[in-house]
Amino acid sequence: MGTEARPVVSLRGVRKTFGENEVLKGVNLDVAPGEVVVIFGRSGSGKSTLLRCINLLEEPTSGSVEVAGIRYEAGQGNRRKRNTMREIRSRTGMVFQDFNLFPHLSAIENVIEAPITVKGMPRAEAERLGMRFLEKVGVAEKRDEHPIRLSGGQKQRVAIARALAMQPEVMLFDEPTSALDPELIGEVLAVMKDLALESGTTMVVVTHEMGFAREVANRMAFMHEGNLIEEGPPAELVGGAKDPRTRRFLEAVL
Amino acid sequence: MVWALIFVALAVLFVAFQFDTAFMLQWLPFILAGVPLTILISVLGILLAIPLALLGALGRLSANPVFNGISGFYVSFVRGTPLIVQIFFIYLGLPQLAQYAPGPLQNLFILGTITSGVLALGINYGAYMAEIFRAGIQSVGHGQIEAAQALGMTRAQTMRRIVLPQAIRVIIPPTGNEFIAMIKDSSLVGIVGTQELFFRASKIGRQYFQNLETLVVAAMIYWALTSIFSYFQGRLERRLATGYVRERGGPHGH
Repeated sequence: MGTEARPVVSLRGVRKTFGENEVLKGVNLDVAPGEVVVIFGRSGSGKSTLLRCINLLEEPTSGSVEVAGIRYEAGQGNRRKRNTMREIRSRTGMVFQDFNLFPHLSAIENVIEAPITVKGMPRAEAERLGMRFLEKVGVAEKRDEHPIRLSGGQKQRVAIARALAMQPEVMLFDEPTSALDPELIGEVLAVMKDLALESGTTMVVVTHEMGFAREVANRMAFMHEGNLIEEGPPAELVGGAKDPRTRRFLEAVL
Repeated sequence: MVWALIFVALAVLFVAFQFDTAFMLQWLPFILAGVPLTILISVLGILLAIPLALLGALGRLSANPVFNGISGFYVSFVRGTPLIVQIFFIYLGLPQLAQYAPGPLQNLFILGTITSGVLALGINYGAYMAEIFRAGIQSVGHGQIEAAQALGMTRAQTMRRIVLPQAIRVIIPPTGNEFIAMIKDSSLVGIVGTQELFFRASKIGRQYFQNLETLVVAAMIYWALTSIFSYFQGRLERRLATGYVRERGGPHGH
């Protein structure tokens, strides 16, 4: 685990409150290049909010977020903040639980939209690139289908290709298999595994798929009531967790 | 069946009251000659109303207090005053202000009947349609906006590339209804002397004191026009409805 390399993602003291409710209570997290970090924990523990703070879909109430050397600090002026947020977002890819594909666009159009609109890439080049990613996730033959004609697993794979097409420094997965029928989960996990093990993609994954975590993650981090209370390689954490809360959760889900 | 009975009853009345069919036929071409102008005014009116409605809707949805306030005032004021007052205001009221304008600009305040009518209809319908556009924009789920932002799109890009293309499917059918309503309301422009359908009918009616006949002719033509456009509008609506079902998990239904 290249701990000497500068982290791709670095969170420092990230707090997030919704009204009275403090969802994140000062979280620190570093993700090294090529590392796969799985964040797990009970629903409502704040793990999705933490993930969404990395690309600033949620703005931290306080603390700092640094992605690929671009630093966001809570409380920056509005204009500066908006630019920083956009720069960070164009360097992170996000995969949502509900896919959120653009229903008015075909699979390939979904994938090339951001490279064209955000990066100003010529259409022909974007299509070549887009096809490469559709092939990578195994849905190249669906290039001209609209999302409504795709299965859940295909939709999520197109969504992964869409995120990859921006060639992000880190991929964020927010419970990517939770909305899928059980028989479709495998195909999405296989794509994610391939990304992690074959392509060396830096990934932060919020998931309940403990089998995937044990097999693919370099590090697992347990979230409990707004804090990351314990982390370590799966081999150490599973069966060897020091904190009783981590142990109890792992016993319950495994 | 019921309709057939109504027509029979009307035909009986028609004969009983000794309608002057020859007179009606004689002046039919003259009244019909107003149809192109009626359609022209309505088409130009709706073309003006659409951008105004879009601006109005974006303003009502904007966090910018100035933009929000202006569009709120526009929608409230225009919807709160009668169309006929607005037409007279532009046609008869504005010229009074011309004396305060510098010389070359004075002509901008003195408008012909057609221009006045188109302006009044466009501004009036724009205010009503702003609510339609707003509903259409809000029908696009928040997940769509997040997905676009996560890819690094600006707010403007998100609106133009992701939200509006989806909102249009919701906006088009009621906009068709507004166009049909405008065909009828364009008769109000006849009151300031535009030689459109209603103006011609009432002119002949008064001249020969056979108002009933000419008004029946005008009514039948309006009815025919709106029926034709309703038919096409219905087809358009069905076409938009097929092959497009909202993604699961979208927070807004129809």
